[in-house]
Amino acid sequence: MPETNYDQEMAFFVDMQRCIGCHACEMACAECETNGQESMIHVHYVDRAKSPQTTVQVCMHCEDPTCANVCPADAIHQDEFGVVHSANTSRCIGCSNCVLACPFGVPKKEEKAELMMKCNMCYDRTSAGLKPMCATVCPSQALYYGTREEIERMRPDSVPVNSFKFGAQEVNTKVNIMMPKGTHQLVVE
Amino acid sequence: MAKLPTSVDKIIKEHGPHAAYPPKSGFEGSHEPDKLVKTHCCYCGMQCGIKLKVKNEKIAGFEPWMEFPFNEGRLCPKGVQRYMQNNHPDRIMGPIQRVEGKGFDPISWEKAMSKTVSEIQRIQKQYGNDAFAMLSGVSLTNEKSYMIGKFARVALKTANLDYNGRLCMVSAGGGNKKAFGLDRSSNSWADLKHAKVILVAGANISETFPTLTHYIWQARDNGAKLIVVDPREIPFARTADLHLPVRPGGDSALFGAMLKIMVDNDWLDHDFIENHTSGFEETIEAVKDYDLEWAEKESGVPKDLIYKAAKLWGEANTSFLMHARGIEHHTKGVENVLSCINLVLATGRIGKPYCGYGTITGQGNGQGGREHGHKCDQLPGNRDITNPEHRKYISEVWGIDEKDMPGKGLTAYEQIEAIHRGEIKGMISICFNPLVSLPNNNYVREALEKLEFYINIDTFLSETARHADIVMAGSLHEEEEGTVTTAEGRVVKINEAVPPPGNCRRDGEILMELADRLGAGNKFSYPTSEDIFNELRVASKGGTADYYGITYKKVVDNMGVFWPCPSEDHPGTPRLWEDRKFATPDGKAHFNPVKYRPASEVTDKEFPVVLTTGRVVSQYLSGTSTRRIGKLIDQYPEPLMEIHPKMATLYGIEDRDLVKVKTRRGEAEFPAHVVETIREDTVFIPYHWGGKFSANQLTIGNLDPVSKIPEFKVCACKLIPTGKKGSETRTETAYQSWL
Ligand code: SF4
Ligand code: SF4
Ligand code: SF4
Repeated sequence: MPETNYDQEMAFFVDMQRCIGCHACEMACAECETNGQESMIHVHYVDRAKSPQTTVQVCMHCEDPTCANVCPADAIHQDEFGVVHSANTSRCIGCSNCVLACPFGVPKKEEKAELMMKCNMCYDRTSAGLKPMCATVCPSQALYYGTREEIERMRPDSVPVNSFKFGAQEVNTKVNIMMPKGTHQLVVE
Repeated sequence: MAKLPTSVDKIIKEHGPHAAYPPKSGFEGSHEPDKLVKTHCCYCGMQCGIKLKVKNEKIAGFEPWMEFPFNEGRLCPKGVQRYMQNNHPDRIMGPIQRVEGKGFDPISWEKAMSKTVSEIQRIQKQYGNDAFAMLSGVSLTNEKSYMIGKFARVALKTANLDYNGRLCMVSAGGGNKKAFGLDRSSNSWADLKHAKVILVAGANISETFPTLTHYIWQARDNGAKLIVVDPREIPFARTADLHLPVRPGGDSALFGAMLKIMVDNDWLDHDFIENHTSGFEETIEAVKDYDLEWAEKESGVPKDLIYKAAKLWGEANTSFLMHARGIEHHTKGVENVLSCINLVLATGRIGKPYCGYGTITGQGNGQGGREHGHKCDQLPGNRDITNPEHRKYISEVWGIDEKDMPGKGLTAYEQIEAIHRGEIKGMISICFNPLVSLPNNNYVREALEKLEFYINIDTFLSETARHADIVMAGSLHEEEEGTVTTAEGRVVKINEAVPPPGNCRRDGEILMELADRLGAGNKFSYPTSEDIFNELRVASKGGTADYYGITYKKVVDNMGVFWPCPSEDHPGTPRLWEDRKFATPDGKAHFNPVKYRPASEVTDKEFPVVLTTGRVVSQYLSGTSTRRIGKLIDQYPEPLMEIHPKMATLYGIEDRDLVKVKTRRGEAEFPAHVVETIREDTVFIPYHWGGKFSANQLTIGNLDPVSKIPEFKVCACKLIPTGKKGSETRTETAYQSWL
């Protein structure tokens, strides 16, 4: 890894309440130099027949990333700042283990490229002091990139949560979900 | 001869719309641009700041402009993709002319100009000056708007000039002038952040002004309550404290009832009402019989919600009220606006910090474009073309005799009617696509076909431009320098990033050459856009929209200046009315009595369903540009008809069934989108598409008596299930727009 000035104070926050389903994040993500016009963030309706509620799925950058752990080719690398990088193109064998293993359903196999691709938190931007594309453009700031202190000051009604429980598996992540005050962990049954 | 020269399919094959995508690795030079040009998004009235990457005189991408104070880098999908216009293969690369049976052939500028001028002169000689009309658009800069106003009156010498703001903002403008004497949102968005109650009426902010949602969330983080008035549960109403699902056309019943409740409970600012307003007594007299039962019946909003909204609004200390097309696109648009303003005035929450009132302009320069005189009844500085003093002042600025200044002309839709009557024979239009954007567009098409000569200035061959005898290849937002005025009244700078490609010319240069050939060249010699702006400053001086103190330098140095700004040492006016001196003749804010009346077309046995129209986030207005940008098309490829499951069950309609929607004007088929987020008695269709996908072949051309805005937002329709399913691969229909 080249030397960077990646600022570890900065974190990523997602607040689904605010998402207006506009897809600006997807389009901006695709502009990232490394993405070949594919988006690594995905916006979905929960149940459009009932509500305009959308969710947005970005790589959570797990502290102990399952995708990397299950990769037989050692193609997924987590750097010293905790960023979990997209599959190394020269190593990835397109087996989809990571796709199946990720508890958040994040990595996608690009069928055409026979390669797993996922968000690397706009490493080219974040390591140069810029914000990730998606969080920069998000018009409602459902996606926010900044310090925990900032977000706690700005959004007094909610708290950032980065601990998840999937059955017996506890996962801590670099990306935070904004939840109602008093929440400490998200339990996914 | 403004009939189509050949089949629509052939025209589309040649000129699009075709979807364009960026190359997989980005445009050449997107990683190492030659320069980054600070400018603004070309679409809605937010005019978000953005930096365009330029490589070899082509736009190669964008970079967020973090320092621009309104949006700090934030953009909606249209803003992210706006850079795709410049490289688009559909671009008309030089002037073209209609060739019967064939389509369009390139011609020289010389021929385009001389033919155009000789036809203008022929028509005016034969039928009179006003028989040649002009229509323009407010995606144009202030400089171009100003120049068009002068061009029509001084070079074309016609009274018949109007603009597409007539389909957008004019009801708000009419209401603002009546109440405040001045036509602008009273505050900058900065005041929103600390308001304790925010009422948003008929404004799908999440899809039409997405970057404004952040301001509303900031207010909510500060404890604000949000009231949303809309027939649909728009994305941003999902979490609102109150969502009032008004029936289209019922708005003034709702606002009148809220006022009545406020009076009954004495949630009023008596001091403000007494000292700074007039007309209060007549206004409350008009609503004295409104009770909640009646209001529920007329507005369609449950009465407990109406009461809750009145209480929330009435008791607050600070508040902000905003509205947009949802209440303005009506035959009583001005009344709807006034009924909103009455709520603001009753509480006196205006002209002070964290309190305000704003009408959100839909088009890029919807604000500035309505100030500089390309409306049929208006001169620069928002002056009145029928006022002798105003006429005299502008005639002097323009160096013409006042008696040569044409009078008030016809509005956009009235021009269409005048073509049908044979009074208008020729037309020039710029940046206006009435075949998609005007209501009752089969009638509009017939009108275009009756024109003896029609010239269009545009960058893409829009549905309307297909009818032109000559199309002059103009310039994009990024190809000309100028200013625009955002929805909050902030004048910002548009910078030229690239020159017009190929044989295209800057719009301003096209107009100047036409003026020259029409014999008015000495009145139109502007070496730069700044020269036009400097003349505009003088022309607006002393008017209600006073730009005199605004200079290019000041705009750049401050990243925008709010008008009015009467002198060079004046900092501009983000918040109006702090001195409590309103721009009305008596200096007071005016309450206006509004007596509820129904929409011009109500449902009946034959047409039992309410039809309303609006927008989606990935498209902009008539789609001339956005229906050519691949990713924006993919997001919402074709217009869907939103229908509530209860009504769908009644008709046996399932999701994606093709339903024929029929009104007294026309019929068209749309795939059903069965959603609980719309009223049970109303269907919604977005209007951005043309031809057989056009919602505006169904809507009605009835006009508001004051603003002459058409009633896009309500008409009566019937639904006829066709038994067919809509296409699964939705994008296959997206690029077409057949007759
Ligand atoms: S840009 Fe923001 S608001 Fe829009 S879809 Fe993405 S997360 Fe949601
Ligand atoms: S798809 Fe590629 S990155 Fe994912 S587990 Fe297989 S080899 Fe590793
Ligand atoms: S369309 Fe409007 S909100 Fe979207 S980026 Fe452009 S100016 Fe901003």
